[in-house]
Amino acid sequence: MKTHFLTAFVTGLIFGLGLLVSGMANPHKVLSFLDLAGDWDPSLALVMLGAIAVSIIAFSFIRGRNQSLLGEPLRLPVKTRLDTRLVIGSLGFGIGWGLAGFCPGPALVALGAGESKAAVFVAAMLTGMGLFELLEKRKSASH
Amino acid sequence: MTIDWIAFTPWTALAGGLLIGLAAAMFILLNGRIAGISGIVGGLLTAKQGDNLWRVLFIVGMLLAPILWLGFSQLPPIQIDADYPLLIISGLIVGISTRYGAGCTSGHGVCGISRLSPRSMVATLAFMGTGFLTVYVIRHVLML
Repeated sequence: MKTHFLTAFVTGLIFGLGLLVSGMANPHKVLSFLDLAGDWDPSLALVMLGAIAVSIIAFSFIRGRNQSLLGEPLRLPVKTRLDTRLVIGSLGFGIGWGLAGFCPGPALVALGAGESKAAVFVAAMLTGMGLFELLEKRKSASH
Repeated sequence: MTIDWIAFTPWTALAGGLLIGLAAAMFILLNGRIAGISGIVGGLLTAKQGDNLWRVLFIVGMLLAPILWLGFSQLPPIQIDADYPLLIISGLIVGISTRYGAGCTSGHGVCGISRLSPRSMVATLAFMGTGFLTVYVIRHVLML
């Protein structure tokens, strides 16, 4: 088995543990963070800060290289232009996030914890992602 | 605005954040990829072949995190206030819009900002903005 498969698994595991430790995997806490006008819980700002503080070092180290330490090709996003898809999509994501307090990573972790409500959210999320693929396919077929 | 000092958990938030950052750092350094969850999951639904195993393994790792945790101690609280219809609506919106916007909290919010991408900074401001706004409308306008 190639090493990068193992590292993908370990990375997912550490990511999941981080979401649990931080409180991100708890939608109630996420909503308390998003509720600026209520009793505001600023914790999640520190999650972002802690995460960026570490990963910014890795991204500056990798900048200008053309492969990873395991010899994998670097697959960084190529788009640099701001477009309406990015903005509309992100605005929409925030609405969905604010409705239940779930974003994709925490929902997977909560599902792993056996939460049936998380299973429903993840099923709906996968449906939404599948819908996106269908719409994209139809669009490219009509061109 | 009043800060809820009792709910505020600065040390675990920071520690968890460092772990998330470590995962994002490992993934770019070792696998050469962005640890963006919506992209990793959504990529499974595209037709491309031979690109799925690492995605599945990453997701299995995430799903197993709470199970590994349970081997050592009790899970931290996971309180889901939303009811089933709301979970379906928000799941659909999150699914479709993270694919349109090419990222979520992890891909744009952590990785994108860490690589100083203007697109990700705009995306993060956008979803944080509507996230705050949505909770404001639900709790303080509609009073639900």
